[in-house]
Amino acid sequence: MEALSALIFPILTLIRKELLAIFKDPANRIVLFAPAFVQTLLFGYAASFDLTNVPYAVLDQSHSAASSELLARLDGTGVFRREATLANANQIAQVIDKQRALMVIAIPADFAETLAAGRRAPVQLILDGRNSTTAGSASAYVASVVAAFNAGREGGQGLELVRRAWFNPNLESRWQIVPAMVATLSVLQTLLLAALSVAREREQGTFDQLLVTPLTPLQILVGKSVPSIVVGMLQSTIVLLISLFWFDIPMSGSVWLLYLGLLGFTGASVGIGMSLSSVALNMQQAMLYTFLIIMPLTLLSGLITPVRNMPEVLQVATYANPLRFGVDLVRRVYLEGAGLTDIYHDFIPMFVIAALTLPLAAWLFRHRLA
Amino acid sequence: MSLALDSHGARKGGHAPPIIVARDLVKTFEGPDGAPFDALKGISFEVAAGRLTALVGPDGAGKTTLMRMIAGLLRADGGGLQVLGHDAAQDAQEIQSRISYMPQRFGLYEDLSIQENLDLYADLHGVPANLRRERFARLLEMTDLARFTARPAGNLSGGMKQKLGLACTLVRVPDLLLLDEPSVGVDPLSRRDLWEIIEQMIAQEGLSVLVSTAYMDEAARCERVHVFNKGEQLAEGTPGELRARVAGLTYVAAPREGEPARDLQARLIDAPDRIVDAVPSGGEVHFIRRPECAADSLVDLLVGCEARSREEELEDAFMLLLRAHEEEGEPTAPDQGGEVALSSAGPERGQDGAPIIVVRDLVRRFGDFTAVASTSFDVRPGEIFGLLGPNGAGKTTTFRMLCGLLPASSGHLEVAGVNLRQTRANARRRIGYVAQKFSLYANLSVRENLEFFGGAYGLRGGTLRARVRAIEARFDLDPQAQSGNLPHGYKQRLAMAAGLLHGPRILFLDEPTSGIDPLARRAFWRTITQLSQEGVTIIVTTHFMEEAEYCDRIAIQDAGRLLALGTPRAVREEAGPRGQDMNSAFIAIVENARAQERTMPGGPESVA
Repeated sequence: MEALSALIFPILTLIRKELLAIFKDPANRIVLFAPAFVQTLLFGYAASFDLTNVPYAVLDQSHSAASSELLARLDGTGVFRREATLANANQIAQVIDKQRALMVIAIPADFAETLAAGRRAPVQLILDGRNSTTAGSASAYVASVVAAFNAGREGGQGLELVRRAWFNPNLESRWQIVPAMVATLSVLQTLLLAALSVAREREQGTFDQLLVTPLTPLQILVGKSVPSIVVGMLQSTIVLLISLFWFDIPMSGSVWLLYLGLLGFTGASVGIGMSLSSVALNMQQAMLYTFLIIMPLTLLSGLITPVRNMPEVLQVATYANPLRFGVDLVRRVYLEGAGLTDIYHDFIPMFVIAALTLPLAAWLFRHRLA
Repeated sequence: MSLALDSHGARKGGHAPPIIVARDLVKTFEGPDGAPFDALKGISFEVAAGRLTALVGPDGAGKTTLMRMIAGLLRADGGGLQVLGHDAAQDAQEIQSRISYMPQRFGLYEDLSIQENLDLYADLHGVPANLRRERFARLLEMTDLARFTARPAGNLSGGMKQKLGLACTLVRVPDLLLLDEPSVGVDPLSRRDLWEIIEQMIAQEGLSVLVSTAYMDEAARCERVHVFNKGEQLAEGTPGELRARVAGLTYVAAPREGEPARDLQARLIDAPDRIVDAVPSGGEVHFIRRPECAADSLVDLLVGCEARSREEELEDAFMLLLRAHEEEGEPTAPDQGGEVALSSAGPERGQDGAPIIVVRDLVRRFGDFTAVASTSFDVRPGEIFGLLGPNGAGKTTTFRMLCGLLPASSGHLEVAGVNLRQTRANARRRIGYVAQKFSLYANLSVRENLEFFGGAYGLRGGTLRARVRAIEARFDLDPQAQSGNLPHGYKQRLAMAAGLLHGPRILFLDEPTSGIDPLARRAFWRTITQLSQEGVTIIVTTHFMEEAEYCDRIAIQDAGRLLALGTPRAVREEAGPRGQDMNSAFIAIVENARAQERTMPGGPESVA
């Protein structure tokens, strides 16, 4: 017992020192937590593929009750905002080129007559293809409005376009993005914090002072990793709270499982950060290394683009990326309500990464020569 | 040298007007704690043309600030400064085109060779191509760098880099040469070479030179000396005029048989009411009496040791001025003599104890470079053991291996009875370590730092708290102060306190006195000698050769080899007639060894 506490106590001393060093600096306190708030809100609002407020223009040459009804339906969706009402076909190019409107609906002069005659009445939709994703969604949306319009005309007997999606019933991309931020946002700061922890001490000369104490590399490793993991988990918690209570994205799975997953994920990130830190000779190098790897980590994580869409080589590379499994784990637990049996395989790569990088960092403490 | 005569020959004769005129110069910076800090508090002085003038003073005196102002790199907050007839604030460009300035850390391009560096600086200064060949040849000959012109500057030793820096500064003949502490951190041999170059340039080209230095032997070579401290000028004059201030106050005393000189020195320096300064030197003690104290009032301090008058030196005058200036602020220096035992070792010093450090055939290689070659020595309990050597001699490498910071390539290393190659954590428990640079956590308070290091050494609970409080009291430290904002001397005390918390038997000090002023150095050594009296074994590296006199035994290293080992007296005697003081003994020993090396067939060219 005495021997164990003699082993643990110096680690606790080191953890306390690390936390003091991190939180005594007021600038640090802000830097560690403000970005989590700001970026979560930014991503929640700005990183959206959803249609709202799509500007469009109308060229109504029919001026009939039928055309007015169609336009009223479009305006009534709340998705589209009428930017301009055009007088002739020459103005179409103008509004599209200048990006005043994402699309133009051109209703021909014989629209009402054709319709009344029971024939198919063409309505032309001109789209700005430069913004293909939004344009594609917009055209699909218009198609559904037109279908509803057609259905309404035939006394409710026509086809009704039914849209139904799993996990994200309204296909809100916010649901796709924000929960994944729980893992993604903390990774940058966790990496950076861990990467700076040894490099800062090397640069300021305090690392030698630490190495001449009886602390073993293992004790130093634990003492330095725990504060970074704690800070990473705190950041994840901030994002989680914003996701739950600000964006009202309901959580389907277990909080405990989510945190167990986050622990594994943050541990692997800290392992990578500590290894970078032990290789770096100064803080500048440590920061450079961190920013060099953070971009590929994010791109290869499946946060924005699905991993299965990537070339095979890159798909293999994602196994070295804890963020890929962190994002997958958080999404599945949060949105799908997955249990441990569904996602245990996400833990394996994270565990392997931590098991390789943490001992490497400990070995480098004493063997990396200035 | 003919090229120089064209522009300067005319000025040599006659009475030259001053080339620098400073009036009430004021400069304020923001200190580390955010409070304003007066770097210059109204400085007025003149420097005459064609002379070698020295600015002397401890770190923080304002020398570099003044140099940068004269070079037109820094604007004064108040007062006026004329350099070469131009106003330094208005015509900085004008001034810069006529002066050469060598900052403390000269900007050599480390990846370029010596020749490429020279070419580059010649290009920057627009030196005409037809003058270059002769100029370069002379500079390379004076600096003794001609053999290495193709070597990248990054691969040169500290002394050689400094010589190359001086050569690059002298690619053209300036109207005024500014040298900011050209010899700081440079070993005695390179220091001597640098000064020979400077004096040669003055003799041959009539240069006007303003040099700042912390070394009094360098200031003594100058025609005029300005003494600064804490942003004020304390005195100016020729070295002779300054020396006259301590005339009749300087003595030398021999300790009693069997008493180390440093014990007598400690007795003297502990009586600041009667003694201005005391230092061990050549086995005796040099001291300065306070002018207001009668000579016979010193009898009880000397207890039977005979004191003789000695010729006064510039250093004595400097110490007198410095002490008087420091006392204007606070009447008495803080007393460091607390009652806390700092070591668990107990007074077991002496010749008879088994060695506490055993080093046998220690070798450290980095690739094909041998940093430490087959070195053996012992250190006895309670000894003060000094490791001396020029930069790159291997003393830092040896030191780091002794502390367990660096594994040895081969050899036997035993510290406090523990083999360092096997159980390093155990050996580390018994040693304390004070790094060269302040290396505690700057944004933590004094107490947080001490509690952390105490905890890291396994102290806990009440023991830890009691120990921390005792050590704070002993070193006169404010527990709440933020460590990074402490004045330099107090940072050093905190570092010592952290190293001594766990009551180590051995204390390692790496260049503890570099960059601190002479008074703080005296106080620091007083603490060291006291620790030694309490039984702590002390291993210290230093590049101040005179500090070797505080040690029981010293080892001199050069180019990785151990050249001399023994008491300071034995080492001086080994150096022969040239070794009257430690500085010249050191130079003699290193030069002899290098000469032997060169005569040996196939011996490597020594460049350390």
